[in-house]
Amino acid sequence: MAGKTLYDKLWDTHLVRANEDGSALIYIDRHLLHEVTSPQAFEGLRLAGRKPWRLDTNLATPDHNVPTTDRSSGVEGIVDPVSRIQVKTLDDNCDAFGIVEFKMNDLRQGIVHVVGPEQGATLPGMTVVCGDSHTATHGAFGALAHGIGTSEVEHVLATQCLITKKMKNMLVRVDGKLGAGVTAKDVVLHVIGVIGTAGGTGCAIEFGGEVIRNLSMEGRMTICNMAIEAGARVGLVAVDQTTIDYVKGRPYAPKADLWEQAVTSWRELVSDEDAYFDQVVVIKGEEIEPQVTWGTSPEMVVAIGGQVPDPAQADDAGKREGIERALKYMGLQPNQSIQSIKLDRVFIGSCTNSRIEDLREAAAVVKGRKVASSVKQAMVVPGSGLVKAQAEAEGLDKVFIEAGLEWREPGCSMCLAMNPDKLEAGEHCASTSNRNFEGRQGFGGRTHLVSPAMAAAAAVAGHFVDVREFAAQ
Amino acid sequence: MKKFTEHQGIVAPLDRANVDTDMIIPKQFLKSIKRSGFGPNLFDELRYLDEGQPDQDSSKRPLNPDFVLNIPRYKGCSILLARRNFGCGSSREHAPWALEDFGIRAVIAPSFADIFYNNCFKNGLLPIVLDEASVDQLFAEVEANEGYQLTIDLPGQAVVKADGTRLPFEVDEFRKHCLLNGLDDIGLTLQFADDISVYEQRRRQEAPWLFAQNS
Ligand code: SF4
Repeated sequence: MAGKTLYDKLWDTHLVRANEDGSALIYIDRHLLHEVTSPQAFEGLRLAGRKPWRLDTNLATPDHNVPTTDRSSGVEGIVDPVSRIQVKTLDDNCDAFGIVEFKMNDLRQGIVHVVGPEQGATLPGMTVVCGDSHTATHGAFGALAHGIGTSEVEHVLATQCLITKKMKNMLVRVDGKLGAGVTAKDVVLHVIGVIGTAGGTGCAIEFGGEVIRNLSMEGRMTICNMAIEAGARVGLVAVDQTTIDYVKGRPYAPKADLWEQAVTSWRELVSDEDAYFDQVVVIKGEEIEPQVTWGTSPEMVVAIGGQVPDPAQADDAGKREGIERALKYMGLQPNQSIQSIKLDRVFIGSCTNSRIEDLREAAAVVKGRKVASSVKQAMVVPGSGLVKAQAEAEGLDKVFIEAGLEWREPGCSMCLAMNPDKLEAGEHCASTSNRNFEGRQGFGGRTHLVSPAMAAAAAVAGHFVDVREFAAQ
Repeated sequence: MKKFTEHQGIVAPLDRANVDTDMIIPKQFLKSIKRSGFGPNLFDELRYLDEGQPDQDSSKRPLNPDFVLNIPRYKGCSILLARRNFGCGSSREHAPWALEDFGIRAVIAPSFADIFYNNCFKNGLLPIVLDEASVDQLFAEVEANEGYQLTIDLPGQAVVKADGTRLPFEVDEFRKHCLLNGLDDIGLTLQFADDISVYEQRRRQEAPWLFAQNS
């Protein structure tokens, strides 16, 4: 019999009950909540007279709707009434049910997927769910993590379980080494370019290989974060010393004897040598270059030296139409070089790239330089209050401000434009977020997904440039 | 979810076909963060003479005296008699939420839109399909008799008239089971509460750090 994959192991240890119809009840160790997908779930509990099954597994923070500008007047100061009500409702629900919440002006508040790992609330071997598709991020810890809907949020609150079906196993192995200036974001964009946005549908993707082993936890989170953009609800990285070192000493991490016991168990969280994967994709690290998306789907991506595709060269009519539609929306010409795309705004932030290493990477590029005068706005939105504080302790805020970038309060911000940070129609934005769908960053807005270093270089140049040459100048 | 076994109640006749979910609950009420409180806005555009806004006190608004739910003899109704293709249009679960919140427990019609039909069961509301002729007959009887009531016998799968006449209806076994026992997905899972507790006890031994959180 073949060995088990990491996913198989996580599944087996969380299986409460297998139902006759192929579905199963799995136990949830950590439930993260935010303001947008939880109100009806709490309301449902209330109407049914139910209580949360286990309070201590829940952790909440508002992130999608919070303003990233001055917050001194608190929740009352949120201008949009719908946003204000959602944030307030989360506060009220958490108070009423006794759920720990990092409220808007708490130093620990931030994007839920940044906050969980930062607090050690995400641990190896856990099951982690949240009413948000980018919950895949937490898989970087060897945790089984995925997004759920509002009715499932209620279900998890009430039963500590989720009804789900087992997925297939897929391995994406990135061998070799990355070149200088190539980051985790480039790796995941490249992978999506290769396997497509439906490439991982129905699968849990384990990312492995030398490149992944050599990445920091933050880089691994960036990669797992975008597993969902490759069609997989779950992304995973096996546990190693890097994982364990990152978790150690965090507020929610186990202490003393429990720590030792936990580490022993976590070391098992790797796929067996002879584990069977339904699908294996192998990529050479040396071949990955800094990436830029040109279209309206994350798979519409090329290397920085490349060109926008020509629909006339497409293999079939369906692809041709897709390219034509994307080019029209993006206001680009066939065969136009990526470096000729001019930028109106630059956004450095989101659950993909708003952790301290991302900010260091961007700061290193803009240090001593200025944002191009043709760029209307360039902003840096840290992923949490703690990331912000750390960056300020390192003086990164000054580097950004001196270069002409705005330094903001933590939240989702322009990743989805639910708060006032938005693109205007027709504007091009170099963004470190994860989705370049039509209208994602504002009605008619044009998003190009890149790494933090590439976004920073683009801010200075006013158009896309190869950060590898740029940094050397 | 409320259990549904046998229910007796006043019948209100809504004599129009293709009632869509926009009509059942208009879009301006969907911004709510709640799933209760939609009752006062059920059929808002038919029921009131002014345009309804969220967060408004509907008890002070001018009523449309001709609309069935405003006619005194149907006050306190809990069974809605409707025409074909009831609940078509948008998939909003707010439609059954609004009917339920108003006090409706069952809707009788010759046919329902699919999504609405499914959404009803998730919310303890029973949609009943009867043939056109039976529905016509019921409309005639409701209009002729003030205080007309029907009994819905779910275990026996029949609509029962005051004189004892039974009109049988079909319902999926699984859904019937859920309604009879008041089980939504959560209710179903909670039937296995013991399995969950057993699992927790075992895990507490295997991985105690998962139960010593938030320290
Ligand atoms: S940063 Fe963007 S992708 Fe991440 S949780 Fe917020 S809105 Fe979703």
